[in-house]
Amino acid sequence: MTSENRQVSVRNLKIKKCNTKIRLIVFSIFAIGLIAVALFADSLCPYDPYAQDLSQSYQGLSAAHIMGTDAYGRDMFSRVIVGARASILSTLALVFIIALVGTAVGTVSGYIGGKVDAVVMRISDFFLAFPGLVFALAVAALLGGGVLNAIIALAVISWPKYARVARSQTLSLKVSSFVQAAVLAGDNPPQIIFRHILPNIFGPILVTAMLDIGTMTMELAGLSFLGLGAQPPIAEWGSMMSNGRSMLQTYPWVVLSPGLAIFISVVIFNLLGDTVRDYFDPK
Amino acid sequence: MKDIITVNNLTKYFKAYGKADTAAVNNVSFTLHEGETLALVGESGSGKSTIARLLTGLIKATDGNIRIYDKDICKMKRNKALELYGQIQMVFQNPAESFNPRKTLGYGIGEPLRNRGYNSAAIANKVAELLEMCGLPAELAFKYPHQVSGGQCQRAAIARALAVEPKILICDEATSSLDVTVQKQIIELLDKLRKSKNLSIIFICHNLALVQQFCNRVVVLYDGQIVEQGTPDEIINNPQAEYTKLLVDSIL
Repeated sequence: MTSENRQVSVRNLKIKKCNTKIRLIVFSIFAIGLIAVALFADSLCPYDPYAQDLSQSYQGLSAAHIMGTDAYGRDMFSRVIVGARASILSTLALVFIIALVGTAVGTVSGYIGGKVDAVVMRISDFFLAFPGLVFALAVAALLGGGVLNAIIALAVISWPKYARVARSQTLSLKVSSFVQAAVLAGDNPPQIIFRHILPNIFGPILVTAMLDIGTMTMELAGLSFLGLGAQPPIAEWGSMMSNGRSMLQTYPWVVLSPGLAIFISVVIFNLLGDTVRDYFDPK
Repeated sequence: MKDIITVNNLTKYFKAYGKADTAAVNNVSFTLHEGETLALVGESGSGKSTIARLLTGLIKATDGNIRIYDKDICKMKRNKALELYGQIQMVFQNPAESFNPRKTLGYGIGEPLRNRGYNSAAIANKVAELLEMCGLPAELAFKYPHQVSGGQCQRAAIARALAVEPKILICDEATSSLDVTVQKQIIELLDKLRKSKNLSIIFICHNLALVQQFCNRVVVLYDGQIVEQGTPDEIINNPQAEYTKLLVDSIL
């Protein structure tokens, strides 16, 4: 490679890194915006999302109701905003829970190794071998409808992914020189896990979690669509789509508004996840 | 001279799936005298590193015993004998990998002290003292492993190993990944520390020329067994075993 070429490729690399940083900032702002909408939903919505007014049912798009109204005359725009709480905040809670549980299980099982590890990993294989949403449906049906039960159902099937990532990282760190040196320094196993292993697997876990937010938003909305998540009258995007689906041809905004909200948030979180991955693991 | 470590008929099998278990170390016996430098020489896979891990209690022996100060460590649980295990410390092969990339060098060097209940001011003092003893500026304590050179990292690893004033230092190919001039500096440092701290060193290596420079005795390993032991001059001038002859031929 000539020196000129090398300079060009170094510059390309720098531009790429710089672009990643800009993308990271932009998508983070979008994501924070979505979360802010979810947090301050009550003060942002122009109408009471639960106030019914049958004389106003199925109003089209207008300045007063920019997303129209639904069968009970409730303002769609307000319902979509309030729906962000059930959809986005519960997705974040769900991802946080599975990342925490999966990492804990994977790290401990990988560190202990032997029979414990074999048993734990077979259990996680069992969950991975099942088609996820079908299993979640079964769990949700067993527990009954509700946002909390939908979260539990999805958490039960989703933690093994994190356990796998954490375990494989732990296995390779466990035999590394600095962990062995820590053993010689007199660290006990919890100290080794907290001081040496967890700080070094935080990156991959964070990337996995960021990439998972989009998927989990869809799955949570999916469960609600099937009637196993949020129950009416709670505003939640999946259940709002489900309620309006028979009106898709006559009053499309009833379905399209929450659909658009799901679409936008999934796209934003997926792009953010991709960017975080590029940032931590530039290849 | 007093024997500080006595190894008798040490054997370690590793489980292999679908095959017979492999003997990484097979019926090995040797002693380490107080204040000497003993070299373990052998090719890759000859069991050198396994012996190092057995001596430090990182893995358990299948058979045989290891006596340190007349106490059989094979019968002890590691966490029950921290005092005794503190007497035997190790320097690893890859300097860049022997410190946690997310923590400063000072954190790593101070770790054994922290685990022995020192307060943070005492740790900071001791870390600075250790770094200077190993020929490094005290500011290095605030650097991360990727910010320093391989040689500096290896010196810091020696500082960490000496933090708890051990009597025995095991260097597992501690110079293999360094270039020749840095190798020489590290060896001079080890020799200086051996004299000033009355250390006994087990130097694991595959370079006979290096061993000749500063080791008192050599143990030659091949396929998990000892094929020959003696002084470096005896081994180099009059090798007996086939493998040793090959090894000597390869340096001259």
